[in-house]
Amino acid sequence: MIEKTILVVDDDYDIREQVSLFLRHKGFTVITCEGEVEATKTIGAVNFDLAILDLMMENKDSGVILGHKIKKKNPRIPIIMISAVTKETGLHFDAAIEDEQRWMKADVFLPKDIRFEDLHSKINQLLSK
Amino acid sequence: MDKFKVLVVDDEPGMRMGVLRVLKNYEIFFSEFSETISFELMEASSGEKCLEIIANNPPDILILDHKLPGIQGLDILSQLRAEKKNICAIMITAFSSLEVAITATKNGAFDFLAKPFTPDELKNTIDKAVKHTYLQKKARKLEEEKRQVRFQFLSVLAHELKSPLAAIEGHLQLMECKIAGDSIDAYKSMIERSILRIDGMRKMIYDMLDLTRIESGNRERKIATHNIVALAHDALDAIRIDATKKNLQLNFEAPSELLLPIDADEITIVFNNLLTNAVKYNKMSGTILFKITRHEDYLSIVCQDSGIGMKKEDVAKLFGEFVRIKNEKTRDILGSGLGLSILKKILHLNQAEIKIESAEGEGTTFTITWPIITSLA
Repeated sequence: MIEKTILVVDDDYDIREQVSLFLRHKGFTVITCEGEVEATKTIGAVNFDLAILDLMMENKDSGVILGHKIKKKNPRIPIIMISAVTKETGLHFDAAIEDEQRWMKADVFLPKDIRFEDLHSKINQLLSK
Repeated sequence: MDKFKVLVVDDEPGMRMGVLRVLKNYEIFFSEFSETISFELMEASSGEKCLEIIANNPPDILILDHKLPGIQGLDILSQLRAEKKNICAIMITAFSSLEVAITATKNGAFDFLAKPFTPDELKNTIDKAVKHTYLQKKARKLEEEKRQVRFQFLSVLAHELKSPLAAIEGHLQLMECKIAGDSIDAYKSMIERSILRIDGMRKMIYDMLDLTRIESGNRERKIATHNIVALAHDALDAIRIDATKKNLQLNFEAPSELLLPIDADEITIVFNNLLTNAVKYNKMSGTILFKITRHEDYLSIVCQDSGIGMKKEDVAKLFGEFVRIKNEKTRDILGSGLGLSILKKILHLNQAEIKIESAEGEGTTFTITWPIITSLA
């Protein structure tokens, strides 16, 4: 089996390191980016099979913007959007509504307190489609 | 110019017309709020009609006759009271009817007009009612704004605390599944990072408590004579370890002693804030110049760093709560985002002013002008 490559974009050093350590451990090749600017360059230059994006980075909607860029490059690349944003902040995005999902360009939404095993099974589901 | 809605309810057309005529071109000026109130008038000939209008277009003030053909005035009052409607009611009663007056008071009527009344009596009563209603409206609006601010503060706080929690939890999860093997040594960086993030959370909680105390005015200010230079030395000592790690050159310029009446805690928070920022946002091997100069009636406190600097639009945002300028250079700098809003509140308490000059990539200079208290009144 060919090793799949995953792009991880998060401005939190710890989350970025954790996700990439975990995914490498599970046999994936991981590319990390620290934010929207760096990721924009990477998206244009490198090929990958799936992207994990933090929603809020330099800008409140960095994840959405990157999502659009990735789907424009290749609409078949699945996107997992990670966000600490919740209902309480009044900024709630719910991927369960198909309309918003289409607009946000994310295939799956996960909360910021990531369960790594959940993340793994979501990745496997998305990559086996 | 504000318009208050007044509903006049009386079954006698002459009475209604009289009241409406007096109020039609009447205006009340509140000098305290420099606000003029005029009236939008409505009328009803029965209790039923009155309730209908209240349901569709509730007035601010209700001028209500007790004796009505159907539902009585007092019944309307008790109904409004039961529905907790914010309507200021003025009861029109027959001159001798003390009983109605007492019952009306019990049911929340604001005032009475005893029949027959003169235009001036009507205006007097309306003046009081308008004042009362206006202040109530203002209070409700302030309460709502306060609630909004509190809600926003708490939700942003919750969000800011969730990021470090997620990071720590992530490290623990990876340790739990022994991702790097059995030896604890393999997890050294995860443990160190977790401790660092916990420190950050603690700092945020302390900052938030400081801010809340200052804001609520519950913190007792203690103005006494202190040597400000010694306090500055303490603050410099506190940042020395972090400054050394970054190989920063620290220059301190001040007279050897400056004895002035001041709140030591407040000036210490100011010093700490300026200096920790100067370290955090500095470059490797950069410089910090910290300078205190005494002028005749004010102190000038300058903190200049050779750090990453800011864009003009970012400088303007700097004093908001939880504002952290996010860009690729500040990404890995931890902070509560509250330091400068605390600083600003303390400066305000001391009538001090701050000026920020910053150039991206070159550094930032904070200049504080701090008035010297001359008497310990």
